[in-house]
Amino acid sequence: MSFLIDSSIMITSQILFFGFGWLFFMRQLFKDYEVRQYVVQVIFSVTFAFSCTMFELIIFEILGVLNSSSRYFHWKMNLCVILLILVFMVPFYIGYFIVSNIRLLHKQRLLFSCLLWLTFMYFFWKLGDPFPILSPKHGILSIEQLISRVGVIGVTLMALLSGFGAVNCPYTYMSYFLRNVTDTDILALERRLLQTMDMIISKKKRMAMARRTMFQKGEVHNRPSGFWGMIKSVTASAPGSENLTLIQQEVDALEELSRQLFLETADLYATKERIEYSKTFKGKYFNFLGYFFSIYCVWKIFMATINIVFDRVGKTDPVTRGIEITVNYLGIQFDVKFWSQHISFILVGIIIVTSIRGLLITLTKFFYAISSSKSSNVIVLLLAQIMGMYFVSSVLLIRMSMPVEYRTIITEVLGELQFNFYHRWFDVIFLLGIFRIGRRI
Amino acid sequence: MASLDRVKVLVLGDSGVGKSSLVHLLCQNQVLGNPSWTVGCSVDVRVHDYKEGTPEEKAYYIELWDVGGSVGSASSVKSTRAVFYNSVNGIILVHDLTNKKSSQNLYRWSLEALNRDLVPTGVLVTNGDYDREQFADNQIPLLVIGTKLDQIHETKRHEVLTRTAFLAEDFIAEEINLVIEKRYFLRESNQIPGFPDRKRFGGGPLKNLHYD
Repeated sequence: MSFLIDSSIMITSQILFFGFGWLFFMRQLFKDYEVRQYVVQVIFSVTFAFSCTMFELIIFEILGVLNSSSRYFHWKMNLCVILLILVFMVPFYIGYFIVSNIRLLHKQRLLFSCLLWLTFMYFFWKLGDPFPILSPKHGILSIEQLISRVGVIGVTLMALLSGFGAVNCPYTYMSYFLRNVTDTDILALERRLLQTMDMIISKKKRMAMARRTMFQKGEVHNRPSGFWGMIKSVTASAPGSENLTLIQQEVDALEELSRQLFLETADLYATKERIEYSKTFKGKYFNFLGYFFSIYCVWKIFMATINIVFDRVGKTDPVTRGIEITVNYLGIQFDVKFWSQHISFILVGIIIVTSIRGLLITLTKFFYAISSSKSSNVIVLLLAQIMGMYFVSSVLLIRMSMPVEYRTIITEVLGELQFNFYHRWFDVIFLLGIFRIGRRI
Repeated sequence: MASLDRVKVLVLGDSGVGKSSLVHLLCQNQVLGNPSWTVGCSVDVRVHDYKEGTPEEKAYYIELWDVGGSVGSASSVKSTRAVFYNSVNGIILVHDLTNKKSSQNLYRWSLEALNRDLVPTGVLVTNGDYDREQFADNQIPLLVIGTKLDQIHETKRHEVLTRTAFLAEDFIAEEINLVIEKRYFLRESNQIPGFPDRKRFGGGPLKNLHYD
């Protein structure tokens, strides 16, 4: 009976998450495009819903809501569904939509998308070999095998994103890095841009007039057609057309220049806006936050280096350690068990919410930057894949931040993975990412 | 060569609707083989004989300014684009017949371009809703072009074309629906390929843009 109640609660929350994912997709991601293939939207929302349910189950674990056995059942079911989606459905559809875009293979779409999926599975499997993530006593098609590989990819993504965020964040928030931009700078650049456009126009006018006079004189200005046409155009080229190719080259160079000027001007405008924004209250507040955040990022980098150099993985989670410190050093006595439950709930909740929000924002920015009307489906599915893998590995890593008594369910459900490996891997990639990005800046 | 008068026409529309292909077709009489994203603005020029065949025939340079980007761009990009909207003689709004959003965005595009002219400096674009009054005193001729008609299945064409007819009315614009097909590669530089059998209202597109 209680199982039924618990299941209905879970299903309701899943439907809620599904609706949220659907709305997010429609309002934010696909703001400027028309949804023609609803299956993409469904897949995205389903991935989002099941990922959020995992986090919800963690919270329930900490708070002790719902029956323990039903929690376990839902964990297992959730995990199976997510793995099914991440390993089978999304890659298959990605392959299908990629193949649909290529005209040549249009007829045998299904065949080629199956081939693509098989290639993906092969590389996915091979991914597990160099890593010491499993004990050899597990079978081939077990949850542990799949999760371990998904975990590796997801942890890499998380570390890269964290590394990027750690370096980018102070740069974005703090006004220390802003160059000074005046209106005269912008006006000067705009004038140069317009002058370049005028030069392009005058050259194109010459070309158009030359073509027109050539046509009126009866010469046919045509492209070389076929093999013999090309050979003929090499040997006997009319003087008019030689002139034209020269001008065309100049025009190409000028067009490249105009593009660069345009981008520089847009950059200047953006900087000017940031300067104005930093003078407002909101801007000052974020600037202040930025300082704290940079200190936090530096601390994280420091800890990651220490972890790797001294080859240690934290044994206790921050909550228990914090409570120990307060009890031992400050002499404040309070009920450890009670407080640790609530504090870890709050901490884990904050981590979950910020990581979901951060991921969605990053995905949206990424999507706007690189999508076009043709590739939007493929990119959204890629983002859904990344999102699913990210959330699965968040679950792996979050285990570290929880007190021991709550870790058991994750350990039980996910099997005997080498969790320490994942933390080590996270630190390594985090540092690598920082160094690569740091060099770029 | 600069002795001919010039006519500046903006070509606006969402990403990927086919503005660059359209401009290339009009000016080079060739189909654009490898369309890629337009960064900033690309200009092309066509020599056009206004009122051809009549005693008042006059040749003009028509500059087609193909402005890239989307309506939802960052305001810094919009401010940069605004520099191209000076002293415009005509606007061509391009939308994709297979994508409804691109037709809805045309209102915002036209507001962006027209506001630049109505309000001199400082205030940029307002994201206001469509208001027909804004176009009532508009002196700049508008032309709405719908592309990729061939990618719509035969049965749906009628409903799409009805929808776009309403759109053109709202703008008080002339409307042409066209297809960019490889078959229409022509060699004469004077003839506008492909248009005669796709016109819905009005005459040839460029002949309706009066410069006065």
